[in-house]
Amino acid sequence: MSTNGIDNGKETGTFSVKAGLAQMLKGGVIMDVVTDEQAKIAEDAGACSVMALERVPADIRADGGVARMSDPAMIEAIMKAVTIPVMAKVRIGHFVEAKILEAIGIDYIDESEVLTPADEEHHVWKHDFKVPFVCGCRDLGEALRRVGEGAAMIRTKGEAGTGDVVEAVRHMRTVMKQIRRVQLMGDDELTAYAKEIGASLDLLRETKRLGRLPVVNFAAGGVATPADAALMMHLGADGVFVGSGIFKSGDPSERGKAIVKAVTHYDDPEAIAEASKGLGEPMVGISARSLAPGQELATRGW
Amino acid sequence: MSAVEVRRTDELDAVDGLIIPGGESTSMAKLMDAYGMRAPLQAFPRSGRPLWGTCAGLILMASRLEEDRPEPLGLMDATVRRNGFGRQIDSFETELAITGIPGDPVHAVFIRAPVIVETGPGVETLAALADGTPVVVRQENLLASAFHPELTGDARMHRYFLEMLPVGAVP
Repeated sequence: MSTNGIDNGKETGTFSVKAGLAQMLKGGVIMDVVTDEQAKIAEDAGACSVMALERVPADIRADGGVARMSDPAMIEAIMKAVTIPVMAKVRIGHFVEAKILEAIGIDYIDESEVLTPADEEHHVWKHDFKVPFVCGCRDLGEALRRVGEGAAMIRTKGEAGTGDVVEAVRHMRTVMKQIRRVQLMGDDELTAYAKEIGASLDLLRETKRLGRLPVVNFAAGGVATPADAALMMHLGADGVFVGSGIFKSGDPSERGKAIVKAVTHYDDPEAIAEASKGLGEPMVGISARSLAPGQELATRGW
Repeated sequence: MSAVEVRRTDELDAVDGLIIPGGESTSMAKLMDAYGMRAPLQAFPRSGRPLWGTCAGLILMASRLEEDRPEPLGLMDATVRRNGFGRQIDSFETELAITGIPGDPVHAVFIRAPVIVETGPGVETLAALADGTPVVVRQENLLASAFHPELTGDARMHRYFLEMLPVGAVP
């Protein structure tokens, strides 16, 4: 790639380096924060990364209107406040917002359906960036389309800002079920399946060989409790994003710590029970089923 | 020879050698303290068993950090600067000649890697970048690397570590 550099034998911006950071986040929790104070609380709670944005999804949902990339000054303040990597969101297809985030040195870009899409047909061509991207998916085809465009990390879309985990579960189960199907297919069946799900044959073959997505796959969209987070880990997530679930709850610091513990010890019910005690009020939820078709965020992008 | 994940102190007691892999050193230190792993980890190499830290693991093994957090384990006589090469955009890959690893140079991936600023007299540098920055160091049964051998599929560093196990530990 023209944007990748070689200096003194050091090569930057390669896909290995971009996908490698996601590997380092595995088993961790990425928390949405809207101020530098929240970022410090998240870091102190054990977050492996923070997502810097002006409004958490629950507020974007409540406010309506057009949701855009956050003010770079606000993102920079969060980058200065913590030593963990900082992510920020751009609108689907808005490669100039992505260039702005790259220019300020953001660590990861989320091309996110939580913001209002800038392009209803095209996603960002992510290979052109030195900064890695994470993108949402509802199924294997969508995940591999994003990887084909250069995404170095995938997450489920879920239904952000609801506190209802049902859509994240649906998306994770769908991806995992499709991967298991692919593993049972003969090589001669893969072309037809690639066509059916709209994925690149090469990436589908790679998925079959690996028995998993070629990049790290996190859960996102509706995780509100330690039990939700551990559930997603059991379903095959490599880690968890928590958006509104922490700072829209009664005690963000304690809830943040509890969700980190639940993800680390997801296979240890006693540890999750201990972490779940006395956390106060969770975020107020909205059932994803009660959303009118126009209020669903997961259907943005394809 | 088998590999197991270690999250609790009883799991630590059952292993012959330990690798602290890459990740976020602040998160790892929080969980280490929350689950009473600090003292057992500090005692681990004193039992003669080898300990290898990569990237965040190197940070946690250090005696001194330039930053005030996290609190490292204080095992290896070295001073370390977190994110010493810069942010993610400065993460890089390169080829490294490593003392004790024969054959071609090792392809090394550095992700928001730490820099070893200074080492004590008992610490041997096994590999350095072109500018002289040490990136693989050893102090008796402690091994530390700033890059991630766990990302590239080249098992030569792992083999080197296995050779550090006490005689009789490997069948």
